[in-house]
Amino acid sequence: MMMGFSKKQLVGVGVFLVAIFVGVPLLINMTGRWDFYFTLTSVALLAIASAGVWLTFYIGRINIGQGAFALIGAYVSAILVVKAGWSFWISLPAAGLIAGLVAVLIGLPILRLRGVYFAMITLVLTQVVTLTALALPITNGAKGISNIPLPSGASIFGIPLIPDFGAMENTKLAFYLTACILMVVTYAALYRLVNSRLGHLCRSMQQNEELASSIGVNIAYIRIVIFAISSFFGGIGGAMFGSIAQSVYPSTFVVADSVNFMLNCFLGGLGYVFGPILGTLVLYFGWDLLFELGKYQMLVYSIILIAVIRFLPNGLLSIRFGKGNNK
Amino acid sequence: MSALIQVNNVTKKYGGLIANNDISFDVSENEILSVIGPNGAGKSTLFKMISSFTPTTSGEVLYRGEPISNLKPYVVARKGIVRTFQETTIFKSMTVRESVVVAQHLRAKASLAGYFWGSRTAKEDVTAFGEYADELLEFLGMSEIANELASNLPQGNLRALGIAIGLATDPKVLLLDEPFAGMNHDETMNMVNLVRSVRDERGVTVMLVEHDMPAVMNISDRIVVLNFGEKIAEGTPSEIQNNEKVIEAYLGSADDEIGM
Repeated sequence: MMMGFSKKQLVGVGVFLVAIFVGVPLLINMTGRWDFYFTLTSVALLAIASAGVWLTFYIGRINIGQGAFALIGAYVSAILVVKAGWSFWISLPAAGLIAGLVAVLIGLPILRLRGVYFAMITLVLTQVVTLTALALPITNGAKGISNIPLPSGASIFGIPLIPDFGAMENTKLAFYLTACILMVVTYAALYRLVNSRLGHLCRSMQQNEELASSIGVNIAYIRIVIFAISSFFGGIGGAMFGSIAQSVYPSTFVVADSVNFMLNCFLGGLGYVFGPILGTLVLYFGWDLLFELGKYQMLVYSIILIAVIRFLPNGLLSIRFGKGNNK
Repeated sequence: MSALIQVNNVTKKYGGLIANNDISFDVSENEILSVIGPNGAGKSTLFKMISSFTPTTSGEVLYRGEPISNLKPYVVARKGIVRTFQETTIFKSMTVRESVVVAQHLRAKASLAGYFWGSRTAKEDVTAFGEYADELLEFLGMSEIANELASNLPQGNLRALGIAIGLATDPKVLLLDEPFAGMNHDETMNMVNLVRSVRDERGVTVMLVEHDMPAVMNISDRIVVLNFGEKIAEGTPSEIQNNEKVIEAYLGSADDEIGM
């Protein structure tokens, strides 16, 4: 029931912020490995979508459908920018909101399902959205939407807030910083949510639904709210991803991505708000590091994953923080 | 004394099985009313219908003249009719104090968004919840275990925790599901005193379902007796003790069982 951070946590957060906003750009400048920007940007965006999955775990639901909402977000933003001529910066929250709205409509019938039943339906969801994107005229079928313009500048009352990405020489750094800022805001919001009353009500539902409803908690409503917020994060992550790739295809997010979002949470630790960041980082880099193994890449990767989940059921962060510490 | 809760011709059928048949009685404001009966008499089912945890097949339950059966459990709780549970229905990984704080959420003045942004009302709520939790735990004699994890508590304390959680919602009517089950004599007497003080000092109307005859006779203002889903008697403890049907239902050895 901690409202604020402890001193130790503040130091940790400070070190993390300095590392991603100062340390990483310095290191990349020194080593000249500019390709790392793209990798780390991807990690940050995937971590945003994973934050949503983590939140659905928090109400005791296994969500293997975040790819669907990421894809919805990517398409909504792309369509608004390309066809309606909106600024990307307005299409970004719109993408999150529409993903959240779709989550409300889908969540109403399916959120009462538990365990494996909910998981199976969400698993199918990604495929449904992919197939819908293939079929609809507005999403342009298999050809997808390409040549999405880079985000334009934004200003309020003539004061420039965000520079025009199209006029930049080096968009990699700009995208990296944008993704990191989004990620930091997402996780700050997530931390705040979990430690506010909504988070406490989620915990009560997760631990005992009957008792929670006996003290007047409207479980169905809270589940919908949480699922919508979760999908909002998915939509934001997906929209930003589409903007960086400057294209969206039905295969931009597939079932395997949905599974990865869930694995990121498992790997980092379901008991820790910041778990998915670490999980995403390790999972993404782990896969790349094993590239040398060629055809054995998948085999070794899977064995390592199984071993981690078997021996560290509370995630990688449990090494650092021990059991039950809610950070 | 006016009727706070009216149970009107309530029937519950599970397929061909009749769990409750045409049961009617009133609960008056500020009384302690017990529902007793042998195993399988339909006590728990009746309880679930009053708290809307299960729908009635026919008949209705009124609270201050307003129907409360066949609603959602959380809606009934919000009206002030709050039930507790048997055994281990608790928030396992919360401490006693955390459980009691969470259970006060109906008293919240700030919105969920207000809590997220940390509005002034939300901060006032948080302070008030904490103070009320401390006061309530002291009232229940649980201050010493306030920071214990619920899953580490012994059985007797769990029952008290259930009542603490129920009371934290600030109920008008508290429905206690077998509050004395599995307790020894001393524990039972403590619980009897506790339940009585909940009524006397907090003005909460109490309805309970129970097996423990001496405790029921001691604590109740009135008693409703069920047998095979039917109401067979209703009255004060002394009336019930001398009721032929009740004695028969309790195997004729009622004098030993029911006698104080």
